[in-house]
Order: sequence, then structure tokens, then C-alpha cells
Amino acid sequence: MGALLRRRGGIPYLLLGPGLGWLAVFFVVPMYYLAYTSLQTGDLFAGFRFAWEWTNYGDAIATYHEQFIRSLEYAGLATAIAFAVSYPLAYWIAFRGGRWKNVLLLLVIAPFFVTYLIRTLAWQTILSDSGPVVGILRDLGVVGADGRLLATSTAVVAGITYNFLPFMALPLYVSLEQIDKRLVEAAQDLYASKFQAFLRVTLPLSAPGIFAGTLLTFIPAAGDFINARLLGTPEQFMIGNVIQSKFLVVLDYPGAAALSFVLMASILVLVAAYARALGTERLTG
Amino acid sequence: MTVVRHHALTAYAALALAYLMLPIAVVVLFSFNDPAGRFNYTWQGFTLDSWKNPFGVPGLEEAMWTSLEIAALAALAATALGTLIALALVRYRFRGRGSTNLLIFLPMSTPEVVMGASLLALFLNLGVARGFWTIFIAHVMFDISFVVVTVKARLVGFDRSLEEAAMDLGATPLVTFLRVTLPLIAPAILAGALIAFALSIDDFVITNFNAGQTVTFPIYVWGAARVGVPPQVNVIGTLIFVIALGVMLVNVLLQTRRQKGVA
Repeated sequence: MGALLRRRGGIPYLLLGPGLGWLAVFFVVPMYYLAYTSLQTGDLFAGFRFAWEWTNYGDAIATYHEQFIRSLEYAGLATAIAFAVSYPLAYWIAFRGGRWKNVLLLLVIAPFFVTYLIRTLAWQTILSDSGPVVGILRDLGVVGADGRLLATSTAVVAGITYNFLPFMALPLYVSLEQIDKRLVEAAQDLYASKFQAFLRVTLPLSAPGIFAGTLLTFIPAAGDFINARLLGTPEQFMIGNVIQSKFLVVLDYPGAAALSFVLMASILVLVAAYARALGTERLTG
Repeated sequence: MTVVRHHALTAYAALALAYLMLPIAVVVLFSFNDPAGRFNYTWQGFTLDSWKNPFGVPGLEEAMWTSLEIAALAALAATALGTLIALALVRYRFRGRGSTNLLIFLPMSTPEVVMGASLLALFLNLGVARGFWTIFIAHVMFDISFVVVTVKARLVGFDRSLEEAAMDLGATPLVTFLRVTLPLIAPAILAGALIAFALSIDDFVITNFNAGQTVTFPIYVWGAARVGVPPQVNVIGTLIFVIALGVMLVNVLLQTRRQKGVA
């Protein structure tokens, strides 16, 4: 009996072993090699060797701080716009969707069924100089006669917003859908206006969705390089573009690895700060 | 006033949905375009040419088959590994649960470019040549977490008393698992496999770092974007969209019917 119990105790580890092993070898260990590479010195022809080369980090930040700040700006802006578009949509589906909820939700994630690159190329068509959007904006005088959208930061932010919007909308929907509608009714029974009931009941209760949606949108957006490449020019390049070109075109591996680490560290710091801000707010509010 | 507000929200939601659908419509529409030059940007005229001959451009068919092969293999491996993890998490108490959850969560919250770069750093330092199998390794890696999350969500409501009944009737643990547990959790496993397949076939960033000379469908599109994307790419994009939407619709309808059956 004792032997049997001990064997049962081992079962979860047998189940976990293969999968976690894969993640350990191909997710955790690579992070070590990324760190190792980021401290190497040398060049492609002489070969790279490990040398505690901390200057790689200083150089990376000094040379590419512009692309760094731009990445965080674009990602922040795209996250804010995605929130503004998604929240009312998710609210509407959760509270007014009725029996169409599942179908409407399917429409929200439909963009994911079109290959990422292809839907970004579709924005190239939509925003192109001869496209309908630019035409309308020119007629309205919003942009000048030679004004354009493609190859501007507007196009890049628009592309990022579109591509990651379902990541914002889905968690928002899940948290709004879980809200007990009787709580909102109770607030109104106690003479809260509809707006007050929303502000004091619905909005705080959807905080977990806001938190998850913001992170799920911001993190991939900050590392993106596809939108800047397809919808922008080198003027709009983000840190992802620099990392990609250094790793695959310029072949400056140590510099690229250092940049990757700075990107990950800055995202971690921002996420931690954000989690703290939202946490304390909920405690005091 | 309330009526106005009621309709304002509906109108806003409709606009948001239209915005989400717009690029999809463009992809489908331009698969029927008859472009004058290399660039498929402006509408020139309706033609079925690209649909009649979807692989009429060199390299596209090969890239598509490579993508399908990698997606199938990666989905298979990730589903097996991920389902086992989900089973352990839902059914057993064990030490190291917190760190397991963390290890599952981390790949989902790391920017793709960092994961792609770190895998490349591993392969470079160990002198591994990049190609088909390094793409497979990478895809299984980022698929696992999504399989675990999907399967786990569906396992939580699982009725354990059915297994107990089988055991009471003299079934061994293995027979119980094969004849009772597995058929019951099959839809959850299938959902996990579909997600893994979809993620794999769509991935560009991590593949870009670890592909070597191997060309998958997204890599083909990326290369074509520099010199002009042929309308055939829109045809394949439309096909992938229709198939994925069809699978999801069937899934939603089955779910709705099951919920009705319960109620």
C-alpha cells in the first residue's frame, strides 16, 4: 500500500516531465544563451567569444534609444486605442448579445483567421496613396492634396492596433460577461444613475479583464517589427526591427542579444509598475 | 435620451465590427483582382484566374506544404505534451505547482522577437543548422502553453464520478482512462490541437529567426512583400480564413446545441 501511494505521488511528475522538459530546453536554456551571446565580443569573421562585454548594453541603449522609446510609444498608443474600440464592443456583446454572443465573439477573433502578414498587407492596400481612405481624407481637407497615410507613424500604429485588438477584446468580454447583472440593478435601485452604476460597479468589476487585455496587447506590440516594416519606413522602425536586422542581416549577434534583453527588461519593469498601480488602486478604491 | 444612448452603443459596436471585418473583405476582394503590374494594390478588374490556378507562382505550393507539414507535426507533439501537463495540473496536487504555472505562462507573455532571438542564440552557440526541424522545435515550444490553457479550461468541469463508476465496475486504471476518460476529454484535446495548428501555420516572427533556408507560407509572403504580392497569396489567405471560420462555426454550433440539451 505504501509503495502504491509513493507511485501515485510520482504520477504528476511523469505527466509534467516531457512538456516542461521541452520548455526548459527550448525556452529557458535559450534565455541563458541569449545572455551569454549578449556579453560576447568579436565579429563574424574572427568569430565571437565570451568576454563579459558589458559595453554591448551601453552601446545598444546609446545607439538605439530612439527606437526603444518609439516602440514603447507606439505600443502604448495602440493599446489605448484598442481599449477605446474594444471596451464598448465587449460591453455590447456581453450585455446585449443575447443568443448571438458566440457568433459575435467569433467575428471579433475573425482577423486571427487571416494570416498575420496578409491582414497587414491588406492595410497597405487600404491606406495606400490611391486608396479610398486617403481619398476621403483629402476631400475633407484633413490631409493636404499630397497628404498620405502609408509610410507614416499613423499607419504603423493603426496596423499594430488592428493586429492585436482581439487580445484586448477577448479578456474584456470574459470579465464583463461574468459580472452579476443584479449588482448593476442593485446600484440603480439605490438611486445611482446609469452612468454612476457603470463607473462604480461595472468598470471596477471588469478590472481583471482590463489588466489582462492591456498586457496581452502591449507586450506583443512593443516587440513587433512587421507593422513598421510593411506600413512604415525606417523613420518608423521599432526596436524589433533593429533586433531582427542585427540578428539576420547585419549578423551583429552580441548587439542584437543585448537589445533583446533590454527590451525584455523594460517590458518587465513596465508590467510590474502597472500591476502595482492597478493593485494599490483597487485596495484604496 | 436613453433610446439615443441605447442605439449609440449599438452603432459604435457595429462600427467596431465593421472595422474588424474591413481588411478581411479586402483580402477576399483582391483575390479576384487582375493586377496590371507586380503590385496588387489597386483594383483593376474581376478575374477568376488566381482561383483557377492558386499555385501558379513559383515556390508558393512548396511553401504551403512545408507549413502544413510543420503545423501538423508541431500540433501533434504540442498537444500530447500539453494535454499531459493539463491533466497533471487539474487532477493532482504536487509540489512545484506555482513554478509549473509560471513556466506555462512565461512563453505567452514574452515578445515573440525575444523568443525567436533566444532560440537562434541557442542554435548558433551549439552550431545547430537551422531548417525544418528547428522550426518544428520552436513551434512546439510556443504551442505547448496554449494547449495547456485550452485543455485545462475544459477539464475543470469534468465529472469524476464516471471514472469512479468504471473503477467500481472492475475496470483497471488503464482501461478506465482509455474507455472513459479519453473519449470524454477528446473535444478538449481537439480544441487544443486546432489552436496549436492555427498558431503554427500563422507564425512568422519566431520562424523568421530559426528557418535557415526553409520557406514556410508566411516566410514566402514576407519575401513576396518586397517585390509585389501575387493575388494567389490572397487566394490562399482566403482559403485559410474560410476553413478556420468553418471549423470554429461548427464548434460554436455544437456548443450551443450541447448547452440547449443540458437546459
